[in-house]
Amino acid sequence: MEDKIQKVSIIISKGSLEGIYPGLIMANGARAEGIEANLFFTFFGLDAIHAKRHEHIKLATVGNPGLHFATWAGGLPGVSAMMTHYMERKMGDLDIPSIPEFIEMIYDTGAGLFACQASVDLFGLEKNDFVPQVQDIITVGEFYDRATGGQIIFT
Amino acid sequence: MTQVLIEVSEVDLNEEGFFEDPQQWTEDMVPELARREGIEELTDDHWKVIRFVRSKYTETGSGPTVRALGKTSGVSIKELYQLFPKGPAKVAAKIAGIPKPRGCI
Repeated sequence: MEDKIQKVSIIISKGSLEGIYPGLIMANGARAEGIEANLFFTFFGLDAIHAKRHEHIKLATVGNPGLHFATWAGGLPGVSAMMTHYMERKMGDLDIPSIPEFIEMIYDTGAGLFACQASVDLFGLEKNDFVPQVQDIITVGEFYDRATGGQIIFT
Repeated sequence: MTQVLIEVSEVDLNEEGFFEDPQQWTEDMVPELARREGIEELTDDHWKVIRFVRSKYTETGSGPTVRALGKTSGVSIKELYQLFPKGPAKVAAKIAGIPKPRGCI
């Protein structure tokens, strides 16, 4: 049992739908296994905890070869919104929570949620721009302190 | 003189501690199974979750995930983690004598 993972620190650095969900799923899944989990949001990943923006996270349709359609098509007006809507509906069918609901749920599991100080400064944000589940705005050094003794996952 | 009957039953657990055969489980095993998971005192809410998990398994053939528990058991996710800090769906499944629930969310 000793070689089991006891703690994870998951960094979410991207602000697209496909950039945010994997980290959230991993954090929630870690807690379900009884693993201690902390989530750190940096750069555009901050949108996931931004009170006004986290309901409007979009799927990236430009520069995303995984969608298997022409790059120029991804840039047409409304394509990102349409694809996001389609993806959200599929996720809803599978009972995958929306990002705001997921953030709340992960907080309720006892995971820690933190924002990156450098990115907060860069974007001119402050604590009250974020959802109340965000525990603190911390520096990279404080991140490493909190991550001590666990695995670090960058997404 | 008092006569006491102490029942001892042998059950098969897999590597992770889940029941190999859910049929071997009886409700009176719950306090001992809970103790093995570090839960010394079973509250009404513990029982509520354990019975719920067991009945879901009987009904559907698999145990609910934490999200499903939070939505349908009447106990919130926050409370579930307070009752079972090492993972509500997983630990409740062990105590309820059913296989480990599968599911990513």
